[in-house]
Amino acid sequence: MTTTTMTHDEAHHHDAPTGWRRWLFSTNHKDIGTLYLLFALTMMFLGGASAMLIRMELFQPGIQLLDPDLYNNLVTNHALIMIFGAVMPAAAGLANWMIPMMIGAPDMALPRLNNLSFWILPAAATMLLLSFIVPFFPGGGTQINTGWTLYPPLSIQVGMSMDFLIFAIHLLGISSVLASINIIVTLLNMRAPGMNLMKMPMFCWTWLVTAFLLILVVPVLAGGVTMLLFDRHFGTSFFDAAGGGDPVLFQHLFWFFGHPEVYVLLLPSIGVLSHVIPTFSRKPLFGYHSMVGAMLAVATIGMVVWAHHQYTIGMSLGAVTYFMIGTILISIPVGLMIFNFIATMWRGSMTFETPMLFAVAIVLMFTFGGLSGVMLAVVPADMQYHDSMFVVAHFHYVLMPGAVFGLFAGVFFWLPKWTGHMYDERLGKIFFWTNVIGFNITFFPQHFLGLAGMPRRIVDYNVMFTEFNVLSSIGAMIFGLSHLLLLYIVIKTIRGGKKARSRSWEGATGLEWELSSPPPFHSWTVAPQIK
Amino acid sequence: MSSQAHSDDYYIPDPSPWPLVGMASLLITLFGAALTMNGVGIGKYVVVAGLLLFFYLLYGWFRDVIIENLNDRYNKQVDRSFRMGMLWFIASEVFFFMSFFGALFYIRMIALPWLGGEGYLGASDEFLYGGAFDASWPSSGPAQMGGEFTPMSPWGLPAINTLLLLTSGATITWAHWGLKMENQKQLVWGLAATIFLGLLFVMLQAYEYYHAYHELNLTLGSGGYGSTFYMLTGFHGFHVTMGAIMLMAILGRAMSSHFSAHNHFAFEAVAWYWHFVDVVWLGLFIFVYMF
Repeated sequence: MTTTTMTHDEAHHHDAPTGWRRWLFSTNHKDIGTLYLLFALTMMFLGGASAMLIRMELFQPGIQLLDPDLYNNLVTNHALIMIFGAVMPAAAGLANWMIPMMIGAPDMALPRLNNLSFWILPAAATMLLLSFIVPFFPGGGTQINTGWTLYPPLSIQVGMSMDFLIFAIHLLGISSVLASINIIVTLLNMRAPGMNLMKMPMFCWTWLVTAFLLILVVPVLAGGVTMLLFDRHFGTSFFDAAGGGDPVLFQHLFWFFGHPEVYVLLLPSIGVLSHVIPTFSRKPLFGYHSMVGAMLAVATIGMVVWAHHQYTIGMSLGAVTYFMIGTILISIPVGLMIFNFIATMWRGSMTFETPMLFAVAIVLMFTFGGLSGVMLAVVPADMQYHDSMFVVAHFHYVLMPGAVFGLFAGVFFWLPKWTGHMYDERLGKIFFWTNVIGFNITFFPQHFLGLAGMPRRIVDYNVMFTEFNVLSSIGAMIFGLSHLLLLYIVIKTIRGGKKARSRSWEGATGLEWELSSPPPFHSWTVAPQIK
Repeated sequence: MSSQAHSDDYYIPDPSPWPLVGMASLLITLFGAALTMNGVGIGKYVVVAGLLLFFYLLYGWFRDVIIENLNDRYNKQVDRSFRMGMLWFIASEVFFFMSFFGALFYIRMIALPWLGGEGYLGASDEFLYGGAFDASWPSSGPAQMGGEFTPMSPWGLPAINTLLLLTSGATITWAHWGLKMENQKQLVWGLAATIFLGLLFVMLQAYEYYHAYHELNLTLGSGGYGSTFYMLTGFHGFHVTMGAIMLMAILGRAMSSHFSAHNHFAFEAVAWYWHFVDVVWLGLFIFVYMF
């Protein structure tokens, strides 16, 4: 790419398209990024509503609101909507917005493909919601009561809504793979001259690894649910021991996808942190190279430890030992990342704007979730914790701080860049505190519930678990409602507010801050030279 | 080159309706498929409508890309994006097939021996089948799902099919040499031969299925063996069919002289895809048919 200015006759390329065509037919990474983020926000409220129903039901022992199958259907939908509908699209939205700006590119490498990977998501969401709604109609079959893991043989017995769900997963998979191809190609081919891989911003690195993981594992899930579909309708016996198959085979296929998926959710947020913490500590990121290495190690080891989700299936002693050691090994590179963040903050001149508050919360609470993860990784202990509320508490501590808080941090960090307005800092801080306090009240008691023996995915519970459940449900209401404040802040910031400078934060570094706020329609029409 | 300025900038396409059409076609097709599988009558018409829309999408999207390419909108860097994109797409396909190969290996190496009484989980054989289940491959499981069957022998049609596909890999390379030497005739004939071999492969595969269903009683329902056999060969056959359609599109373009010795990414992408399909077949031949 040369550094000459654009002088040719393609002037209409520089005029932003307007009206509905701008959004539906978009080939612009920022518009598509906005679509991703709005979609994720919508789905977050849908998934959140199902979580609120779950917590309302669990407010008291006994069956109040939901019959058991509907309860489990909500559990299933909550997980799938949050993972595939909220967190992954939100992370992809950040990637779409920021990657071209960070690496000095005019747009994503394959702009039309980019729009396709977004628009498949509403189609997938339609199928997903159909899978929830269909059982309410006459002849619609039974509810999906399997949880998001869709284990056979239960998932083979569910009615037609399971087929909608399987196709929804196919669509989500196509969308993720196409988006990942686009991101990898953009990062490998569109960097400004002089920006070699080891000068690439950390957020880009995390997405490079994430996209790589997605391309490797999502097709395996697609294959797995395809086999499920064939077992359901075409008489195959992949997961039927009578025909020589094995239901456990599905668990292996699912978790070969499912465990790397955890890092897919986590890594983009680690990328956001690697920008937020240096900015508000006014120091460069500590140990850039070790961060890259740690991330590659996490991704590599993360690909081969999936069966720690299935200790109780009766694997051989050798197998569980291998999966246990592999899993515990992951805590080394993850710990290295956490220490790098702490070292970045060490003796920095820190300020605590909303993104930084979320960042600090992640360092504390994600570490907590990681530690309960080490507990779960230990085979004999896991035999006790397996499928208890302890597991629920653990993965919410990993995924809420690890993934969602990172996304919140990113949204607050880059909102001024996207909209050209500063958000209301006071409201941002109120949002942070209600959110974090609500979260902890919700999920901290669930550790105790799980250790005391309360199983998950069951609509009713023993009276002895009542107090902690009441507490958890109250926390959930605070936590859930706090997101309305987020919605208000985002709308308010889009509509107006203090003008943001191009370098919206004093300590921010990187190419994205050299573009105006909001940035021009095509990010870098002339590639910057990196020294 | 129409204008040097074009080639210097990375080409960002205008807003395009095709992604939205793509979304609609996928949604309609899969919605129809879900209805059909559950015996809802209109389902199959919905599938057909969705597929028609999908083919319209392929036609329209690729038409746009070809027009842009012929108008020299793509510089070297765009070309590199396309190449990398295709390679990563093939990588994802590799992992899609890996899941089915994985299922095959798991069933053969782990699930069946357990059912047959091997290892510490082997008690099931003793208590459920009185130690009578012989877990040797090929197997349709302890329940003999689908009844007695004869497994497919590798040295009849499958061996011929292997030869066909390997030859087609050679003919497409021969066509590529023709393209590089700007020998139009060699390019066209090479492609035509590849398509012919590909289609012959698909027809023989279809005949093999017919033979298996009618004479060997080997069906999709024949337990682990039938499931993995048809799943792997079926998805492979589907990919060969897609590859052959892609080759036909490339043949049409070659006959209209769209390619030059230095600008023929579309040809190479299809060739890569074809070789990928070839390699998958070798895996199939070894692990599904031979061993």
